[in-house]
Amino acid sequence: MNSYTGHLLSLILFTPSVAALLLLFFPSRWTAFFRWATFAASLVPFAVTIIVWSGYVPATSGFQFTERMQWYAALQSSYVVGVDGISLPMVLLTTLLIPLAILASFTIKERVKAYMILFLLLETGMLGVFLSLDLLLFFVFWEVGLVPMYFLIAQWGGANRNYASLKFILYTVGGSLGLLLAIQVIGVVSHTYDIGSLMQTWPQMNQPFMGIPAATIKAVAFWAFVVAFAIKVPVWPFHTWLPDAHTEAPTAGSMILAGVLLKLGAYGFLRLVLPLYPRESQAFAWALAALATAAIIFGALAAWAQTDFKKLVAYSSINHMGFVILGVAAAAWAAKSLNATIAVNGAVLQMFNHGLSAAGMFFLVGVIYDRTHTRNLSDYGGLYAKLPIYGGILVFTALASLGLPGLGGFISEFLVVRGAWPVFSLATTLSLIGLFFTGAYVLKALKQVLHGPLNKRWQGNIEEINPREIFVIAPLMVLMLVIGIWPAWILNIINQAVMKLF
Amino acid sequence: MNGETANMLLAIIPEIGMLVLAGTLMVLDLVWHAPYRRLGWITAGGVVVIIALSAAFARPGLAPQLIWGGMLRLDDTGFVFRLIFLAGAGLTALFAEGNENLDRHGEFYALMLVSVFGMSLMASAADLVMLYLAIETTSIPLYIMAGFYIKDQKSVEAGIKYLLFGGMTSAIMLYGFTLLYGFGGTTQIYMLAEQLQAGKVPLFALAATLLLILAGFGFKVSAVPFHFWAPDVYEGAPTPVAGFLSTTSKAAGFAVLLRVMVAVYPTQAQLWMTVVGVLAVVSMFLGNLLALAQKNIKRMLAYSSIAQAGYILIGVAANSTLGTTGAIYYLMAYLATNLAAFGIVTVVGKSVGSDEIQAYSGLSRRSPGLALGLLVALLSLGGIPPFAGFFGKLVVFGAAVQSGLVWLALMGLINSMIALYYYLVVLKVVYLLRSDVETKPLPVSITWKVALIVCVAGVIVLGTIFYPWYTAASAAAAALF
Amino acid sequence: MQFPILSVIIFIPLVAGLAILLMPAGRRDWIRETALGAASLTLLLSFIVYVGYDVQSGGYQFTEMVPWLPALGISYHMGVDGISVPLVLLGGIVVFCGVLISWRVEDRPREFFAFLLFLGTSVLGVFCSLDLFQLFFFFELAVFPKYLMIVTWGYPKTREYGSMKLTLYLFVGSMVALLGVLAIYFGSAARTFDLLELEKAGFPLAFQRMWFPLVFFGFAVLGGIFPFHSWAPDGHVAAPTAISMLLAGVEMKVGAFAALRVAIMLLPGGAHAWAPLVLALGVVNVVYGALIALVQTDFKYVIGFSSVSHMGLVLIGFATLNKEGLLGSGIQMFSHGVMTALFFAVVGMVYDRAHTRDIPKLGGLFSKMPWAGVGFIVGGLVSMGMPGFSGFIAEFPIFMGAWQVSPWVAIIAITGVLITAAYILLVLRRVFFGELPAEYLRIEDVSVQDKVAIALLVVIMIGIGLFPSLISPMVQSGVNHVLSLLGGA
Repeated sequence: MNSYTGHLLSLILFTPSVAALLLLFFPSRWTAFFRWATFAASLVPFAVTIIVWSGYVPATSGFQFTERMQWYAALQSSYVVGVDGISLPMVLLTTLLIPLAILASFTIKERVKAYMILFLLLETGMLGVFLSLDLLLFFVFWEVGLVPMYFLIAQWGGANRNYASLKFILYTVGGSLGLLLAIQVIGVVSHTYDIGSLMQTWPQMNQPFMGIPAATIKAVAFWAFVVAFAIKVPVWPFHTWLPDAHTEAPTAGSMILAGVLLKLGAYGFLRLVLPLYPRESQAFAWALAALATAAIIFGALAAWAQTDFKKLVAYSSINHMGFVILGVAAAAWAAKSLNATIAVNGAVLQMFNHGLSAAGMFFLVGVIYDRTHTRNLSDYGGLYAKLPIYGGILVFTALASLGLPGLGGFISEFLVVRGAWPVFSLATTLSLIGLFFTGAYVLKALKQVLHGPLNKRWQGNIEEINPREIFVIAPLMVLMLVIGIWPAWILNIINQAVMKLF
Repeated sequence: MNGETANMLLAIIPEIGMLVLAGTLMVLDLVWHAPYRRLGWITAGGVVVIIALSAAFARPGLAPQLIWGGMLRLDDTGFVFRLIFLAGAGLTALFAEGNENLDRHGEFYALMLVSVFGMSLMASAADLVMLYLAIETTSIPLYIMAGFYIKDQKSVEAGIKYLLFGGMTSAIMLYGFTLLYGFGGTTQIYMLAEQLQAGKVPLFALAATLLLILAGFGFKVSAVPFHFWAPDVYEGAPTPVAGFLSTTSKAAGFAVLLRVMVAVYPTQAQLWMTVVGVLAVVSMFLGNLLALAQKNIKRMLAYSSIAQAGYILIGVAANSTLGTTGAIYYLMAYLATNLAAFGIVTVVGKSVGSDEIQAYSGLSRRSPGLALGLLVALLSLGGIPPFAGFFGKLVVFGAAVQSGLVWLALMGLINSMIALYYYLVVLKVVYLLRSDVETKPLPVSITWKVALIVCVAGVIVLGTIFYPWYTAASAAAAALF
Repeated sequence: MQFPILSVIIFIPLVAGLAILLMPAGRRDWIRETALGAASLTLLLSFIVYVGYDVQSGGYQFTEMVPWLPALGISYHMGVDGISVPLVLLGGIVVFCGVLISWRVEDRPREFFAFLLFLGTSVLGVFCSLDLFQLFFFFELAVFPKYLMIVTWGYPKTREYGSMKLTLYLFVGSMVALLGVLAIYFGSAARTFDLLELEKAGFPLAFQRMWFPLVFFGFAVLGGIFPFHSWAPDGHVAAPTAISMLLAGVEMKVGAFAALRVAIMLLPGGAHAWAPLVLALGVVNVVYGALIALVQTDFKYVIGFSSVSHMGLVLIGFATLNKEGLLGSGIQMFSHGVMTALFFAVVGMVYDRAHTRDIPKLGGLFSKMPWAGVGFIVGGLVSMGMPGFSGFIAEFPIFMGAWQVSPWVAIIAITGVLITAAYILLVLRRVFFGELPAEYLRIEDVSVQDKVAIALLVVIMIGIGLFPSLISPMVQSGVNHVLSLLGGA
């Protein structure tokens, strides 16, 4: 490979940061410039991701497009990046959602320059987590992504943003402290942070450390990892930061929060927890399944009870990510079986789908909020008559998030259920009941927003969804449809990787 | 005149020079009636000439040598100390000039030179009688100099107090000398030790003589409990005299203390090391603790001097070459430091008309140079690098540790901590506090500027470039043992 | 003969300071420009040393040796190793930024800049000294500039108290250390002060165990070790901005460095024996310092206690006596130095304009002083140990080292990270965001000089955060030497 193709992943990873750095030098007054420049800059990683996608060979095992460079030699940590069938869809999701989120952010009027720079830095942070193949580097990017999001919520968010942003960052940092400690121990014991080699050596590690037996070390480290990732996903009961954060964040912030940030946690489970701690994962898989089920059911019930549209969508994220965790739990228990493969396939695909649908839903909430300046469901009503296009799009997206057959969500949820059923029958059954409630809250929301008598407040002028906004939501809708009808293009990539790993 | 006499004459050329200079000044005073006579410069110039003569002709040989029938000992100790005394005299002369009450009277300088002459003999004295004569020759002019402002009640009081106290301790000391002569059968300092040993003199008797002699020496160095005269005398005497007393006269006292202790009581080392150590500790504590309470800067410097004497006594108590070297180095440093301090007090006192510490408010704005000079002096007293006091203290404490007197070094360290406080308070007043007159510039004559620069430079040089001074001090120390 | 670059670096500030003292008091422009010129030159030369240090060979380089007083074994001996080179650079950086931040001092700028430069000479001298007497000499040299600068130009309400407390406290610490230094001198067979000789001296184990605490704690007082840390918050807060920067940014590192150079390296057996105590105290520093910082209402006190907390990490790293811990401490001294200099600079900028440091009274300042705000944000992220910044690069190996000694230390100390995140974010929000009180509507933004200083400090912290290889191989080579000394014990 020549030097250009040899560094595609670094190109994807660092273009946003370099762009952010360059933007620093332009005067803050040029708001239009910042909007379009950022949008253009964010298309570059997306384009390169497509190139990588087309160059990716699913059948090959292991990581592709890898790059390795010395970074912190004194600690045996290097800059190692690569993609496989699990991370590549995540990268695609990220690089797709960011431009759309930026486009959605055109309504931001204040301090546009700072906003855009933070967004680009956020992109690098998230991409870094997905691309990183060194544990220390993974942690670096994991934390790096937090700071821009904190500022995005705190500066451009809703009325309660101070509380929400602080809770978000302290909760997540607190959770990742355990992760940090566990990584330190791994480094001290194994003298390397390379994920590839750790996947071979760490499960076999049985030397006592500092007088503590290996089993104890691994158990504690396992839980440290689990807690950190569980907070991010979020797994019930570590979810309490999410409703506030998602609700108070600006629209595009919520899109990325729900669309990508939550996936970081699930990705952590798949990339790190299961491969590094197979025995412990298996031992506690039942707990994970139980929590997943709780998330599905309680998430749905909570969503159903909401009067705030945005909070409803927030709780729906908990509900949907529950399926991801269910799949993970099944894979943990039934490792190396067909069920596990199917379950993880479903989980990864669900990550992708939920990314699309959640981003879409939050965006649409934002659209209606921009016009009505309220998120209270009872303030809406009968908007279908006034905003038919919006209504149609909303229905489509909502049903996609519901898991309607023919749209992407169905495939992923089906796979999860199919994989989990033989493994955790009870949990799966209960989850299906949860699906009922999912349907309930979605339809309730649709009804309250779109149907019924037109609320007198909106008698006058209320703008239809405009072309820019359609441009944002359209790619998401197309993808949701395509995956629903013909999932092979993505499922194949996922499957090949999953088969070899789980 | 045979060769030996010639050599001996050469050896005392400096002393002769001092007397000649004194005489010249007296004559000039009588004869020259110009309004502004610059006698201080003449004195200083003469002093420089004498130093040159001393270096050229009065150099001691490889081994110490008794001359003039055993009256004097020509060794490095005497040589180095003489240089110290002369330096002190020259600088004091410069500080005294510009002060009409002193300058108008040429006899002031003559007296000072006579006193230095006495000190020079003190440092070289090898015989008890010579020693006593030298001490008196030193002290009597000092009594007069202290009371020189005959119109000022405080000054006269200072002079009288000094005289009375000095006379009393001198008498006690003389008694001690006579007892030594009685026990030892000789007045030769360097033969006494042998004689006392051979005569099997009981320890308590020797201890008695020691204590009596220490009275006199302690008075000279203003060690506790022979210090009572110091605060009042320093406060009342003309400030340049106070500077002279606190540095040069004290150095002379140390010279004899060192010589006599080491030469006469070598086998009773444990005894006198302990006694001197105790003197050191009480001097330090009393000096420092009382200095904390002072509002008058001259009194504060007086108590500070008492404490400083304590530090030097630590070096003496160590009874080793290192300790003595440290003491001598400290004395050199102390000379420059205290002269600078008193010099600045002279200048400011004349201009502001007060010696209260509060009167120094805003000095840094009125005269940044003087403020810096005071900073150098006070921090050197406090033992802070890059000033001479730091190195002096270091050697002295190190010597104490080396001689096994770790407790003494510890006391010294503790006292350094206490002392730093009151030095810093003065600096605070100088730099932080404001005053109404702070914009009025403070007149400093050329003479004073020269003298202060020499002193301050001396403090800094002694604090950084140790080699030449240390070599001299250690040669002087070695000659004693 | 090799160009004596270290001597030049050390004495440029001194010479410039003396020159400034001779200038007419009214010529503020000459004074400031001379100070800036000297500081820039020092910075440039220290950077040249940094780049010129041969990491592969390691050891002491750029050495200069002139016998000074052979009778006592004192020599003028300069040299740097992998641990001191970054500290020399740090000194250059902070003095440079300090001069910039102090550009608008009105009251007696001549004395101000002269003393500031003298302080610079002192710290640089300690870092480069390879003779124990000389190290102590430069160490004590800092006493009078610190006292005078705090008492004269400091915060009026507390400067007298703060300056005296700081000076006397530190003086006591250094006297204790002096006793130990004298013991080492007299205990060495060769009666020398030369550090290289003393490293090989091989003191008996009982001797080392007895004297290590005096030397270590005596010097570590300046490093802010609990429970001898209380001079730091009061002293730092009372000091004028540039001195706070130098005090917390560099002086505290002088203390830690001297503790390493003299106590740990010369008395390794004692270090092994006393390490558990130092470890425990370090942990207390970290957690206690952070908790106290959390409850402060004075902006500057938050930063003051934050310094105490972060120096605790340095002490923990020292006490691990292993490769990672020492590496982390070496980097943390540099990283924290830069960070806290930035913090105090920002605090100073806020105070100069708002005339209060009371957090409840401040707010919304980001809109008026964006550069200061960004500076505080970056400093805050470093302080939290956020990856991507130098703080993480320093703290991670310290924890790795701690794990090898005591898992509990690592676990307890990491709570400090969380508490730090809390107080940093809270202070950030309360001071820089939120509502801008009406009385601050007219305040001006920071000056060009301030911006240069902020930019320099921020770039360094991010640079090291992204490229640890800029500093870690160098510190590693110094650490290897320390380990070789420790291994023998």
